[in-house]
Amino acid sequence: MIEFSLRHQWAGGPALAIDFVAPEGATALFGPSGAGKSSVVGAIAGLLPAQAARVVVDGEVLTDTFRRIHVPVERRRLGLVFQEARLFPHMNVRKNLMYGFNRAPAGGIRFDDVVELLGIAALLERRPHTLSGGERQRVAIGRALLAQPRLLLMDEPLASLDAARKAEILPYLARLKQALALPIVYVTHALDEVYAIADTLVLLEAGQVRAAGPLAEVTSRGDVPLAARDDAGAVLEARVAEHHPARQLSLLRAGPLALWVPLVAGALGTRLRVRIPAREIILATEAPQGISLQNVLPVLVVAVSEDQARHTAMVELGSGEVRLLARITPDAVARLGLRAGKPVLALVKSMSVDRVG
Amino acid sequence: MLTPDEWTAVRLSLEVAARSVAFGLPVAVGLAWLLARGRFPGKAALDALVHLPMVLPPVVVGWLLLLLLGVRGPVGGWLHEWFGVRLVFTTQGAALACAAMSLPLMVRAVRLSIEAIDPGLEQAARTLGAGRLDRFLTITLPLALPGVLSGAIVGYVASLGEFGAVITFAANIPGETQTLPLAIYSALQTPDGEATAAKLALVSIGLALVGLGLAEWAGRRARAAVGQLR
Repeated sequence: MIEFSLRHQWAGGPALAIDFVAPEGATALFGPSGAGKSSVVGAIAGLLPAQAARVVVDGEVLTDTFRRIHVPVERRRLGLVFQEARLFPHMNVRKNLMYGFNRAPAGGIRFDDVVELLGIAALLERRPHTLSGGERQRVAIGRALLAQPRLLLMDEPLASLDAARKAEILPYLARLKQALALPIVYVTHALDEVYAIADTLVLLEAGQVRAAGPLAEVTSRGDVPLAARDDAGAVLEARVAEHHPARQLSLLRAGPLALWVPLVAGALGTRLRVRIPAREIILATEAPQGISLQNVLPVLVVAVSEDQARHTAMVELGSGEVRLLARITPDAVARLGLRAGKPVLALVKSMSVDRVG
Repeated sequence: MLTPDEWTAVRLSLEVAARSVAFGLPVAVGLAWLLARGRFPGKAALDALVHLPMVLPPVVVGWLLLLLLGVRGPVGGWLHEWFGVRLVFTTQGAALACAAMSLPLMVRAVRLSIEAIDPGLEQAARTLGAGRLDRFLTITLPLALPGVLSGAIVGYVASLGEFGAVITFAANIPGETQTLPLAIYSALQTPDGEATAAKLALVSIGLALVGLGLAEWAGRRARAAVGQLR
């Protein structure tokens, strides 16, 4: 677990006041540039001389400006991955990987496992300048892991890669998260990376935390900056419940909700993460007849908020613990008389359910 | 071709220049690192001090060394008293004078190559658990190798040609402190010495050309070795 608190005033920049607690798993810090993401990374790593900061990782105080505690960067044992790979150009891949390993106390992360996990066995004798951008970044991740960190800190690690290279690395990151029980702090301004990796999402804007919590919870709120985006939509943690090969459909369950989707790969019980864009959801007070639609989900209205600028309304919907987010017209809100507590039907096309992880 | 005395001057020149680099290069690397990466009060003053030998008349540098390191000087007296070391009028002294004169050139070459290193690499090494000295030895120094090498060669060649500081601090003693330029000077002062001077001047030119060629070649090799040639 990570407890983080930062107060810092950059000359000519925004006043940063950022506090959050990151539980186990991967925590994504998401926000536009200038939101303070890199300052958070700097403060955790000990590279930023913050005016006031407190950083506690798994009970160990790394920074506490009030108690004048500041563990030097080289003794924090945090695996940092930067936007640029920063591989040492005068060493081959193997020596790069061993750099942190040789300086770290013995730990549970083994060389062969990391090489296998990241698929870099064929690169070991090569020099960094002969590698592609994606390969370099995989080596950089491996190098950070082999330093036996107590936390993996990634600062926009895929931002300098094109879409194809990014798609090549994302699965490795997801695997790595599963294989090593290592907390991850992941800074990004790309939502697809958030969906693929994050368990906890911290939304930053102008030096403040606008929302923080489990990914599914934050993405289903209608009152956060995320909801103002065109591609807003709730993420659901689901399981594969049934396969119907004859109908070419699979049934996913997310809490009490059942979702029919085109046949997916994965054994029954497989956990997967899906996302339903808010603008794809239709709300109804009666079940429609004679329609291609597969999913008619009984839900309750949790909250309605209007976006005056866009002339739209965001409707938060719930069923048990599960939340959905729908974007409809204010006119529809009025016609259906939507308000908190009202039962409605959420209509979701199978094609609108995106698998994101 | 060359008389035994002339050979002595050539051999002595090479030796003095080698000792000068052996003295000066470690100091130059340390200073270059401080100037490139350090943040401390008095940095500008140190920078100016390092460059002083380049802008002062060499005779003045030699004389200042004499004041400082002469047997009655504050440092030289102490060295003489405690270790029985005398620098003035010795080969060591000639080498030291050359080192002082070529220091700015060596610092400059090393400093430029340290400044060209991405500080992000040193930062990465730091997050991987490397302390200050460790980072310097495993990242900064190997990556600055082209600069260190060219600094060494430039320092060597400059030392071969140093005249004013050597003659002032170490005097013109054949076989002891009389390097090539001093031998040429002496020959020119002697009646019928022109032929000797010409021969020695040719040797000087040859050595300088070989040195510059070496510098070019070594620099290229070193850059390739640190992976900066794509």
